Amino acid sequence: MLVRKSSELKYSEITPKSIYMNRRKFIAATSLAVAGAAAGSKLLEMAWPQAAQAGTKLNVAAKSPFSTTEPQTPYNDVTTYNNYYEFGTGKNDPSKNAHTLRTSPWTVSVEGEVKKKRTFDLDGLMTLAPLEERIYRHRCVEAWSIVVPWIGIGLAALIKQFELTPKAKYVAFQSLYDPQQMPLGRNAGIELPYIEGLRLDEAMHPLATLCFGMYGETLPNQDGAPVRLVVPWKYGFKSIKSIVKIKFVETQPPTTWKLSNAHEYGFYSNVNPSVDHPRWSQATERRLGEFRRRKTLMFNGYGDQVAQLYSGMDLTKNY
Amino acid sequence: MVKNILTSRWAKVAIFVLCLGPAARLVWRALHAGLGANPIEFITHETGDWILIFLVLTLAITPLRRVLQVPELIRFRRMLGLFAFFYACLHFSTWIGLDKFFDFREMLNDVAKRRFITVGFIGFALMIPLALTSTAGAIRRLGGKRWRMLHRLIYVSAAAGVVHYYWLVKSDVRKPVRYALLVGLLLAYRVCLWLIDKRRGAAVRGTPMPGRVARQSTSEVITPHV
Repeated sequence: MLVRKSSELKYSEITPKSIYMNRRKFIAATSLAVAGAAAGSKLLEMAWPQAAQAGTKLNVAAKSPFSTTEPQTPYNDVTTYNNYYEFGTGKNDPSKNAHTLRTSPWTVSVEGEVKKKRTFDLDGLMTLAPLEERIYRHRCVEAWSIVVPWIGIGLAALIKQFELTPKAKYVAFQSLYDPQQMPLGRNAGIELPYIEGLRLDEAMHPLATLCFGMYGETLPNQDGAPVRLVVPWKYGFKSIKSIVKIKFVETQPPTTWKLSNAHEYGFYSNVNPSVDHPRWSQATERRLGEFRRRKTLMFNGYGDQVAQLYSGMDLTKNY
Repeated sequence: MVKNILTSRWAKVAIFVLCLGPAARLVWRALHAGLGANPIEFITHETGDWILIFLVLTLAITPLRRVLQVPELIRFRRMLGLFAFFYACLHFSTWIGLDKFFDFREMLNDVAKRRFITVGFIGFALMIPLALTSTAGAIRRLGGKRWRMLHRLIYVSAAAGVVHYYWLVKSDVRKPVRYALLVGLLLAYRVCLWLIDKRRGAAVRGTPMPGRVARQSTSEVITPHV
């Protein structure tokens, strides 16, 4: 498989989270001084839903050669602008409501077409391979995008723990759905638990990530804690959050958004500027923090790495 | 008492200032608290919401006048309707200016191709003649009857706005359905009135109906208020 290396990343080129945060603090401090009132600070607190409960620091052992050098999206944006319908359908609902998610203890069961099924706790998953920082572009089907320094391991590292039966052709994933922790889930308008899937070769691709953290820390709940998928060449909804079950299967597994509207969301859902969503164009996207729309890249700019997975396939039909 | 308040010059000023509130809130947030991670989307959604709210308020005036027996409410109808148009202008210009960055080709493409944009655009376009003919002079020139006919276009605009919203959401349709129920109720009220009128008209043709005085006198509609 041809896996071309993207341009070398210098860590110095990346703005650390602390500076993003400081910048915000500086702006906040200035406007407060101007307002000169305690009432002002109260209002600011209300207007800025403070995102994450402070995450635990994660020790990153390696940096991914696939990382982009593009500027990272501010942490505050990535943690207050989320699609996580179990915690509300508004973009900043999850940051307000996901604190009810209990991420510990957590187990992920791996089953299906394997010789021996297994259940992992979080530590068991995180120690399968050295934790890597992977700075990826992330493109939502709604035509916005972000750049996130994820922390995780290759999904392949997990799959390689198993002796698969010859019938294992696809991998199906399932999110947690506990109505007690996720009371807003009943308004989601989609069937829950959330389910997703990949073809086995897609799941084995080195870009596909089993993700535990971002910006140097464990994942905030609204971003899919404690373990999620990151599949950067596909629309964001493929990168399923808060995974509790992984199952190897023989036939293409059902996926949530396709079940909801097969006309608009397909199984593959590769980022593709030339195949529009029926209700909006996918040719451009808005990178959070930028004013002008930018052109969307085929496979979200990961074509060199993944295009060969789809050679000979009609991507207009297999959207 | 209520009548005095409603007919006072200050009531109009107060309502006017209140109607500017949502726009002022947007400006305040932009300057002080930020508009979130996706400001353009935020502005689009906020202004969109307020268009529907003002359309509902405008359509509610006629039923409220009769149900609450406060015909003076008519004084505010034009202002509310114009504020619906004001927020529609903000919504529309956010779309072409900030979102599409004046890419008119892509805009026209969207209007033609995306049905939620098509219907939203129609809703907006139909409001333009209503805003243009909202003056007392225009009513006089058109004549009350023709003016009223023309201004029934607001029914289409409101329905288009609701459909636009419904077609736009991905899965959680609760909010658009709420607006649909409100607009549906207000339009159903008019259909009922019309049916009752028709029946009565057939029974006593030519006799003026006491309940319809307000709608028969064009002076009510025309009276220019400060």
